[in-house]
Amino acid sequence: MRTLRARLTPYALIFPGGLWLAIFFVVPTLVMLSLSLQSGNVVDGFAFTWNWHSYVDGITTYHDQIIRSLLYGLAATVIQILIGFPVAYWIAFKGGSNKSVYLFLVLLPFLVSFVLRTISWQFLLSDNGILLGPLRDAGLLPQDFRVLATPYAVIGGLSYNFLPFMILPMYVALERIDPRLLEAAQDLYASRMQTFLRVVLPLSLPGVFAGVLMTFVPATSDYVNSSVLGGTNTTMIGNVIQNQFLVNQDYPVASALSFTLMALLLIGIFVYARALGTEDVLEVAAR
Amino acid sequence: MSRGLFRGRGLQIYTWLVIAWLVVPIAVMILFGFNDTKGRFNTTFQGFTLKWYGQLFEIDALTQALVNSLLIAVLTMVIAGVLGSLIGLALGRYRFRGAALLTLVMFAAISCAEIVMGASLHSLFITLGMPEGFPTIVIAHVMFSISFVAVTVRARVMTLDTSLEEAARDLGASTWDTFRLVTLPMIFPGVLAGSMLAFALSIDDFVITNFTAGGTTTFPLWIWGVTRVGIPPQVNIMGTLIFAAGLLIAVGNIIAARRRRA
Amino acid sequence: MNDFRNQDPAFLRGMTQRRLGRRDAFRLAGLSAAGLALAACGVQGKRVAQPTSSAEAQSAVQQYWSGKVKNGHVDFANWPLYMDPKQPELKQFTDQTGISVTYSEVIQENASWFAKIQPLLAAGQSINYDLMVVTNGIQFSQLVELGYLVSLDHSKLPNFAANAGPRYKSEAFDPGNVYSIPWTSGMTGIAYNPKYIDTPPTSYAAMWDPKYKGKVGMMADSQEIGNFGMFLLGIDPEKSTPADWEKAAAKLKEQRDAGIVRKYYDQSYVDPLSKGDIWMCQAWSGDIFQKNVSDGTDLKFVIPDEGATIWTDNMMIPKTAANPVDAIMLMDFFYDPKVAASLAEYINYVTPVPAAQAIIKADADAASGDDKKTLEEVAASPLVFPSEADYAKLRSYRSFKNTDEQKQYENIFQAITTA
Repeated sequence: MRTLRARLTPYALIFPGGLWLAIFFVVPTLVMLSLSLQSGNVVDGFAFTWNWHSYVDGITTYHDQIIRSLLYGLAATVIQILIGFPVAYWIAFKGGSNKSVYLFLVLLPFLVSFVLRTISWQFLLSDNGILLGPLRDAGLLPQDFRVLATPYAVIGGLSYNFLPFMILPMYVALERIDPRLLEAAQDLYASRMQTFLRVVLPLSLPGVFAGVLMTFVPATSDYVNSSVLGGTNTTMIGNVIQNQFLVNQDYPVASALSFTLMALLLIGIFVYARALGTEDVLEVAAR
Repeated sequence: MSRGLFRGRGLQIYTWLVIAWLVVPIAVMILFGFNDTKGRFNTTFQGFTLKWYGQLFEIDALTQALVNSLLIAVLTMVIAGVLGSLIGLALGRYRFRGAALLTLVMFAAISCAEIVMGASLHSLFITLGMPEGFPTIVIAHVMFSISFVAVTVRARVMTLDTSLEEAARDLGASTWDTFRLVTLPMIFPGVLAGSMLAFALSIDDFVITNFTAGGTTTFPLWIWGVTRVGIPPQVNIMGTLIFAAGLLIAVGNIIAARRRRA
Repeated sequence: MNDFRNQDPAFLRGMTQRRLGRRDAFRLAGLSAAGLALAACGVQGKRVAQPTSSAEAQSAVQQYWSGKVKNGHVDFANWPLYMDPKQPELKQFTDQTGISVTYSEVIQENASWFAKIQPLLAAGQSINYDLMVVTNGIQFSQLVELGYLVSLDHSKLPNFAANAGPRYKSEAFDPGNVYSIPWTSGMTGIAYNPKYIDTPPTSYAAMWDPKYKGKVGMMADSQEIGNFGMFLLGIDPEKSTPADWEKAAAKLKEQRDAGIVRKYYDQSYVDPLSKGDIWMCQAWSGDIFQKNVSDGTDLKFVIPDEGATIWTDNMMIPKTAANPVDAIMLMDFFYDPKVAASLAEYINYVTPVPAAQAIIKADADAASGDDKKTLEEVAASPLVFPSEADYAKLRSYRSFKNTDEQKQYENIFQAITTA
């Protein structure tokens, strides 16, 4: 028999936090939507005019950057899956009693500021710097070879910066696989490859999904990597949005682009979620 | 019993290589804290010195930025810690209408692109004519931390056995006492983990802070702004010290966990 | 290990399906209405009417300054590399007047600085600075149009009246120095690293030479690259038309598409130039000088034959300054020839005080060794004391009649840098 007080308790509990989220997350998104339909400039002010042109202008002017961002994000995510999965696998299955140490080592870069890490890479990858200089002197690289100011540097930076976000959820999912399942498979005459493909891989998918979620979105919308490591043809939509808001103060176009980016990413997430059909994403993402 | 399918050390070596790759820029950062720079530019290594460790707080603006970052992180940790834990407790314990919607909003907040969150908050502030500064940064940081704390606490809450609380209730404890003496200690590890997560997210945040800081500077923002002259050694040292602090805490944790197990 | 798959079905549904029931629809509608209501008001613009006669201007000055007193402190916001880190000039000022100064190098770019302070000034709030330095150009015009700057009381600026060079008292962007007086002036030309370049560049065409593919740096600021493109084509930027801008943009696009440009830099070009990541770049005159003095590098700066951009960074007082009297006293202090000389010796940009040249020469004579060499270079440098012939080649940015023109210009050139 639930008393009124008991029934109200959960609402009381979620009220402060929920209100904060409502006011500072939900409402701003709607404000931004409204701002994207306004027109004007900073000196004369902006007014709401159902100005759909911001979207049209924004997308036609910057469609290259939007597509580029999606591609870079995708590339970085795939690279991170390929690099990270073996690491997650090894730590989960062969880590033994030192698992937490290895995990901790993987998370170590996060103790250093994101901006500092990226700027360190800029120093390391300098044309005549510590890494490329000796190789160039030894004649192993063509004279006009460079890493910085290319898309590869940007994708490399994206892969580096968000790798732990990919490894961790994959590790969590792999770690929960009951070793008896593997034994059972082998008892049933499955080869190692078959066991991997048909037992380990499917069971790791929630982890992969959470990992993709935690890395594709930040990678696609990032602008720091492009700004520090990139060149003339690596501008991402994040750079454009940042520029339009904080430099040009062209709020309608900036909001339109931001909203478009959010919509694209949301669509991608939902499509992906349906495809994989995973349910306990939230709790895997919690680790 | 050996888990897994692959024998041999190949994977182990690979893992160590990846970890090394992850750590290389940190080594660079630490190294440049020792750079004996002759002029104002700290971009090539010119010699080894410890003098910068003694002049750590020489640059007022940088020190102020660091202090700002720490203050904001602490405030975020406390506020988001409380608000998020309450939500986590509610979601993990109770079934109520609106739980699904709330979970969806939190999921959206966790997976939303930072630039979109920052840009929309910026839109809100300029529309309201509200000037941006220290308070708006705290608002933004708490906003994106709540969901992380809530999810962490919820995970913890769901593993708990309610029979202990029922027993306390049977023995005559009031609801508040039950919460204070039984529930809170049980969920505390989750609350602590969530709060530390909030602290870590806040102190390193760049994108959202860039959009909501107005004239105030935080540590990552200050670094971003000095690229013209190059980052002074003080920044490297501060980064090194923060890194060392985190290292010590984590190592301490691991050793403590080992002791508990032994 | 708990199995979380036995979830509350409502939770599962919420997670995996978008189900808009009636209640959700109401909530959504309610929120939307609130949001749209909020924003339907739009963002207020605050264009201010400019004074139309000198009598009006005078009364504006008197209105602002009456009753203002010295408070004993100034918060000064400036660009990096504009003052010796030991701040000897500020210390001297404090000794002389008892006013303490907090100096912050927080201005990196005109546009982002303007974007930072505009919301605060629009709300009538303090930006935490009493004195700031902004370049002539789009943002300066916007500050004036929005009425964010204090009209200066020239009775408080005796040093300026006595010592400023005549051209700095008649700048086109602020006739009569109503709102600003120059801090320093500078040129945008071509810098190069002689280690990698055999033939010193003398013309803009060198920056378009395919020989230097991937080794050329340009600036990201639209006004700077616009002028560069126009100089290449022999167009006078100050008199340019939108058709000229399109031509210049086409040239810049060529330069980019051919892979000659490595990157569009904000201001961090000095480091890549000295490291060899780029061999030649669009640069500000003083930056190169300072890098050479500071780190012993041997980078070179040239003003190309076709001419170069000259800009002026100006001191001004924001409307909401807490200590305007102290700020204007500091502004005037910098026009004391000895102080101006001291500044010029460090920052190596064009000083608005011609008398400083003699003082620097005297300092050079009194000094010895490396110092002597540096000071002699500064005293004789056309980058710090341009001759009349030099000035004849220099042009300012294009000033815009209205926001639409400005937008058009920005769009044309930003398309190059943000492609």
